Amino acid sequence: MVTLRELSAIEDGFVAGHGLCPGCAIPVILRILLRATNDPVIVSNATGCLEVCSSMFPLNSWRIPWIHSAFENTAATAAGLESMYRALVRRGKISGNKNIKFLAIGGDGGTYDIGFQALSGAMERGHKILYVCYDNQIYANTGGQRSSATPLGASATTSPAGTASYGKVQWRKDLTKIIAAHNVAYAAQGAPSRWQDLYNKAKKAFEADGPSFLNVLTACPTEWKTDPDQSIRLTQLAVDTCFWPLWEYDNGKYRITYFPKDKKPVSEWLKVQGRFKHLFLEENRYVLEEIQKRVDEEWERLNKLVSP
Amino acid sequence: MGKIITLNGNGAIAEAIRQIKPDVVAAYPITPSTAIVQYVAQFVADGLLDCEFVCPESEHSAMSMCIGAAAGGGRVVTATASQGLALMWELLYIAAGLRLPILAGIASRALSAPINIHGDHSDSIGARDAGWIQIFSENSQEAYDNFIQAAKISEDFDVRTPAMVMIDGFITSHSTENVIVEDDKDVEEFVGEFKPLYPLLDVEKPVTLGSIDFTNYYFEHKRNQIEGIENSRRVILKVADEYERKFGRKYGFFELYKIDDAEIAVVLMGSAAGTGKEVVDELREKGEKAGLIKIRVYRPFPYRELQDVLKNIKAIAVLDRLMSPGAYGAPLFTEVRSAVYDLKKRPKIINYIYGLGGRDIAPDHFKQVFSDLEKLKLNRYKGDVVNYLNLRG
Repeated sequence: MVTLRELSAIEDGFVAGHGLCPGCAIPVILRILLRATNDPVIVSNATGCLEVCSSMFPLNSWRIPWIHSAFENTAATAAGLESMYRALVRRGKISGNKNIKFLAIGGDGGTYDIGFQALSGAMERGHKILYVCYDNQIYANTGGQRSSATPLGASATTSPAGTASYGKVQWRKDLTKIIAAHNVAYAAQGAPSRWQDLYNKAKKAFEADGPSFLNVLTACPTEWKTDPDQSIRLTQLAVDTCFWPLWEYDNGKYRITYFPKDKKPVSEWLKVQGRFKHLFLEENRYVLEEIQKRVDEEWERLNKLVSP
Repeated sequence: MGKIITLNGNGAIAEAIRQIKPDVVAAYPITPSTAIVQYVAQFVADGLLDCEFVCPESEHSAMSMCIGAAAGGGRVVTATASQGLALMWELLYIAAGLRLPILAGIASRALSAPINIHGDHSDSIGARDAGWIQIFSENSQEAYDNFIQAAKISEDFDVRTPAMVMIDGFITSHSTENVIVEDDKDVEEFVGEFKPLYPLLDVEKPVTLGSIDFTNYYFEHKRNQIEGIENSRRVILKVADEYERKFGRKYGFFELYKIDDAEIAVVLMGSAAGTGKEVVDELREKGEKAGLIKIRVYRPFPYRELQDVLKNIKAIAVLDRLMSPGAYGAPLFTEVRSAVYDLKKRPKIINYIYGLGGRDIAPDHFKQVFSDLEKLKLNRYKGDVVNYLNLRG
């Protein structure tokens, strides 16, 4: 098992000086990811927090080749790069010995929503790329609008809680399962709080013989309305309440990679976040119950998927 | 020595694609350009072209893949039309802004609504301001010649700007003609090997492409982008010259047909030029000083060279195969009119919108235009500045 000491000895591909918010979990995730392969990595970055905050001309935080094209096409851009790589290697124009890895990365907006079609297409066509979604459950870059990854009951700027609404009325899209259903080589859910688990998954994903996908929960202090020093604890609470179970789809098999010792009530995760504050009013108790019921059902369903 | 092959416009572009040997072709099927990529797929299947041929799930992803692939550092081609080009619109700007020499074959077609699969220039001229070089072809031979030249122009280090080559949907894309196809070896030699500039695949020298600019840099970067397309003016003529020397067919920014002593002339683009030339011949036999100017390069627009030609003409009709709702005349008209504004002796100039959604333009329509021009020349024209040709009611 990899140790923090070993990881810290590896040179950063993504370095300080970026403009991401204090407490944002994206850089933490990125540094774990980029350490999970010794091969060169080329990044295709969707429009979003990471892209904007890491590439402010004339500065940038990337020590590896990086491209941003648009919001919804990062999977296609990466697939184009990967196609060119295969073409040039086959024609002997560049060496294939370098074993270049193609990392497409985007937030939940650019992945679950507007980028979903390009992602689905790239996965179906079998491009050897690793797509990573940093899922902070909201359009954080544009100011906190709801996405299809936003949880039921969360107050977002386009699904705000008010006297006539408890916030977002739909359950979140289960994207990881949808991608697994594309019969990809590898798909998994991770969280930065379980960094070893995330590292192992990233390693498998980079080495997978075909398209791979990682969906990583990312705390967003700005839009979750939480203290910046709580981000890692919050992602762990999401894992421990089974709101964000850690599992993987590897060679056709589903596996849960972390079982909470004692599964906490989901309210433990919700109550510390400003975006769910209104759910704790008496009139919204039923929403909390609904969320708990749904989390339990989903967890049960996942367990059945793992050991039918 | 080349050989004469019977091809339609799509086939002619496909032959050019095969001969310039792209590294990646990414395209989505859309009428009437579909056959271009079907030919390419068959070339790959038959071992006649060694490239990565990918079929993305949309034109948006096709152009996105072209961007990724070109950024990787190789020759990249796509083909599309109509709604497909419209779906690429967002990425056309990105391809040009990142200075990626992507090539696109466009079988120009009307845009919805109402849905119509036939030819007009709404799609290609719709992409006018995206920063691409735009070259229009009258027939399959020109499509073939233009596509080969486009590769060399677009990839020139002073240019590094994407280029699209247009044919008229169905009229050219599906009409069979005899096309001189040059030897593979000669075309390969003419176009040359693709030379990457800051390729993303060079992991030893990492580069950042497409970073965010704020108010302090964006304007300057966009201004820099202009240099590429402005430089292409020189390169387009240089490449045309080389092409003529190698293959014997002459090209420029535009083709002048019986214009030397012309007093009246039509200016247009694409396949209708053939019909127009027939009518010019007829009028010349009757002693009328009629001529025709066929614009080949729409972007960059050859305004200076055009001024030189138009300064001696008394009355001009610009024929546009698209409309621009709310504008005072259609795009080619406003462009030509803007060019002649600076002339000391300004020619009179009117506009005809024609052929939308594949509507025919026949010799009689040209005769009508020239007859109007005769009146315009003599200050007896009573019609509007902007007119519609072959439109009922």
